[in-house]
Amino acid sequence: MSDLVGTAGTVPESEETMLGLREMELNFGPQHPSTHGVLRIVLKVDGERIVSARPDIGYLHRGTEKLFETETYPMIIPHTDRLDYVAAATNNHAYVLAVEKLLALEIPRRAQYIRVVLDEMQRVSSHLLWLATAAIDLGAITPFFYTFREREVILDLFEDYCGARLTLNCMRVGGLQEDLTPGWLEKLRAFTEDLGSKIDEYEDLLTENRIWKMRTIGVGILNTERCIEWGVTGPPLRAAGFKWDVRRALPYECYSELDFEIPVGKNADTYDRYLVRIAELRQSRRILLQCCDWLAANPTGDIRGKVPRVIKPPAGDVYASVESPKGELGFYLVANGGNKPYRLRVRPPSFINLQALPEMARGHMVSDLVAIIGTIDIVLGEVDR
Amino acid sequence: MEISESLMTYVLIPAVKAVVVVILVATAAGVMTYIERRLLAFLQVRKGPNRVGPEGILQFVADVVKLLTKEDVVPAKAQHFVHFLAPVLVMVPGLAVFAVLPWGPEFTMRIPGLGKITTAWYAADLNVALLLLLAISSVGIYGIILGGWASNSKYALLGGLRSAAQLISYEVPMGFAIVSAILMARSLSLVEIVEAQRTHHMWFILPGLVSFFLYFVSGVAETNRIPFDLPEAESELVAGFHTEYSGFRWAIFFLTEYANMITISAVATALFFGGWLRPFPNVAALGFLDVIPGVIWYVLKVACFLFVYIWFRGTFPRYRFDQLMALGWKTLIPISLVNLVVVALAALGGWRGLRILGAVLWIAAVGAVLIVTRLNAARKPRATPLIPAPVGAQKAEA
Repeated sequence: MSDLVGTAGTVPESEETMLGLREMELNFGPQHPSTHGVLRIVLKVDGERIVSARPDIGYLHRGTEKLFETETYPMIIPHTDRLDYVAAATNNHAYVLAVEKLLALEIPRRAQYIRVVLDEMQRVSSHLLWLATAAIDLGAITPFFYTFREREVILDLFEDYCGARLTLNCMRVGGLQEDLTPGWLEKLRAFTEDLGSKIDEYEDLLTENRIWKMRTIGVGILNTERCIEWGVTGPPLRAAGFKWDVRRALPYECYSELDFEIPVGKNADTYDRYLVRIAELRQSRRILLQCCDWLAANPTGDIRGKVPRVIKPPAGDVYASVESPKGELGFYLVANGGNKPYRLRVRPPSFINLQALPEMARGHMVSDLVAIIGTIDIVLGEVDR
Repeated sequence: MEISESLMTYVLIPAVKAVVVVILVATAAGVMTYIERRLLAFLQVRKGPNRVGPEGILQFVADVVKLLTKEDVVPAKAQHFVHFLAPVLVMVPGLAVFAVLPWGPEFTMRIPGLGKITTAWYAADLNVALLLLLAISSVGIYGIILGGWASNSKYALLGGLRSAAQLISYEVPMGFAIVSAILMARSLSLVEIVEAQRTHHMWFILPGLVSFFLYFVSGVAETNRIPFDLPEAESELVAGFHTEYSGFRWAIFFLTEYANMITISAVATALFFGGWLRPFPNVAALGFLDVIPGVIWYVLKVACFLFVYIWFRGTFPRYRFDQLMALGWKTLIPISLVNLVVVALAALGGWRGLRILGAVLWIAAVGAVLIVTRLNAARKPRATPLIPAPVGAQKAEA
């Protein structure tokens, strides 16, 4: 019991104080409602102030990268679903992009647009899930149900399209397996047009809410320089004011033809990361509407390029990346000419963004740690692989 | 057998009342959990419990039965006695304060075999009711602190420490707000305070607008409810001080929280909203409202406050601990001190002084609301603008 009492008022610099008491070590997770999975953070707290926070990861390690080496190229796609399991489409996309790059394949235009639709739907659903959990972490329980109402529609649309709601397995090397089902596009358009007013609803609850602002402004600042040094990408980087989005910086598919903006913040704190993600929801909506228009105007077309029956990329290595909802998701593929990759390395944005957590959390309170974990938007499937 | 009058007045009737109060309060707290879940569901586009009994009304019974039959887990190395004592320390004061809550006026009824009995809708009318209320409800804090400490869990300990600081801090503005009501009514008895609002021809919410606001905000903090639910902040401390409680001991914490909500609402009703009095108690034209008995008026008013509690929960995020302390010490306590002086000066002027104060406060409040609404309307319509990138951040585009 002696290590439990009297922890307030200890001096952070020295391990021992006058009374011979140290900071309290607090195990935050792996079973904790706010670590969004099996993340364990070893906290040293002085009262409630965090002296150090050390993420301890690996509880969800499944050896996925090693598993990749034992599977043929098409068989790998379902495994990528399980990385960031709330954004399966972008995982599929990044992987097939890498293989296609090595094969130098041409993707039909219609397939490109459908891929972008799937990506952006996935981004919306992932951001909605983020908003739900980040709000609930700070005690606001109602946004959770509002965002899940919309996310449900997206998952239903996914189910209509490919039969799965979460682990989509929706892309193939060279294009897609399925064309859109009849009437699907109209459903998507109706939902997308409605989405704007729904986002307004979330903002009504949070954006100008005094408590929400008090809890998020100035919390977990990670400035542009430190973001770049850590390799942080995605909304945390853009909230720091750095305009980097793979969709614009290294355009893939048809993104260069689409009209959208990259929202950036300037204060690099939790509130700006929230604003950036909300703005990204609106931008994704813009992209979806444009894609709906194009697909309605071009209702037929190939959805799969000229793909060899057995996929055997030439020996060599290639890196391809997409802008996943969490940041830059890359696949580094080393091929030896066989029908299985020699090595397939994932660049998971969650894992890299999480590394900045100790720096963001230092000096804040335990309650802020929850806000910071929420705002990094990690998925442990991707962190641990 | 002839029952002597003193035995009747001092033993039998109070005993019956005590039993009735305890049963009613425990049931009300249970029903409250059901109502909260349904109302929250209504706010959150979902259905809520609707399976057990008609419209799910028996859900709380099922929950209680489940909790009663659950295993009572005590963590290893916990302080067994204190761990056992904590829920008791929380529950007993939570129920005891109901003795002085005035749910209705005196009434006379005829009981076969006993004759006419004149009694009232409260267990006791003490001349120090409010002091008793403050004193007893403070004891409940011990239960929370000890429960957190005895659990041998760091999360529970943090929750206990938080609640110690929070509850003690918010007792201060709450006490001052109550004192201002005492000044207005010139009595510590809750029954007399309600009666004073009849003789003053107004509910004390008129001169006590600020006092009521302070009282209710502190009351929400005292009951550990969102946005002040830090002692049990689920997303931070798992469940706070009752993390290591299970089964019916946990249920006792849970139900007492609801009982405390009812207490806070009931006291607010008695102090500021005329207790069992109908609106405008002295306007004869509204006499038809007397059809509704005083108890019903009281329950209706309490229900409004309870709804506000639930509404808060559906709307607000949670404060951070230091922000909570800052709000208490830097905002509420100074306001409550100034308010106390102002109310005391007005009370010196008797009814007239209180009426002038009420008029000034309400005109100021309505004016402030109008100004704020207009300012908000003048703002740009909703839609997060893209935040312009600072100079030098465009490197990536080039």
